[in-house]
Amino acid sequence: MKLVINGEEAISKDGINVSELLIEQDVKMPEMVSVELNGSIVRREAFDATNLKEGDKVEFLYFMGGGSVAE
Amino acid sequence: MLKLDIPIEIFDEAVAQARAEAPIEACGILAGIDGTVRKLYKMTNIDKSSIHCMMDPAEQFQVVKDIRSAGLKMLAIYHSHPATPARLSAEDIRLALTPDVAYVIVSLQNADKPEVKGFLIEDGNATEVPVKVLQRSIGRGRCR
Repeated sequence: MKLVINGEEAISKDGINVSELLIEQDVKMPEMVSVELNGSIVRREAFDATNLKEGDKVEFLYFMGGGSVAE
Repeated sequence: MLKLDIPIEIFDEAVAQARAEAPIEACGILAGIDGTVRKLYKMTNIDKSSIHCMMDPAEQFQVVKDIRSAGLKMLAIYHSHPATPARLSAEDIRLALTPDVAYVIVSLQNADKPEVKGFLIEDGNATEVPVKVLQRSIGRGRCR
């Protein structure tokens, strides 16, 4: 199926969920990624249960931060 | 990326943000083309901590889309160290997850002379990126 991933058209397996998409996209450290689906942030606990469909717009990006000391 | 050129207006804006938000760490994103910064995005530090920062994911998505629609590229992710030097901490390296961007630290340790340094971080290894503050405004022809 066709998806739009981070602004670019991409072909993905039919019916995969968000977790599977991150694996398919070879995303390193997926536990450190935020995902937005069609303009709404997907809660991490919903990654497995959120199935994607033709034409979905998916954005994912890594947490961005830092610190002079770890918290 | 071999360099990061920052117009002085944007440099001043980053330093002003760091000072305004101190003692909380300030954070943001720099976007531009070919290593030259064109736009600064101030971000919310949702940790509201003086020793740690984390950007709001909802703001991150907005900014990434804005950068894309403007035809720019994310060049750097910055945050301030209100009381420590402009050097990377282990936490900075741990959270340097976004590829192909510079990680910039604005240090206010010397209040009268803020220090800015940039780094490339790959697989946990950091190398310094030359950061140049451009004294002349791009497209405005103003000198300072």
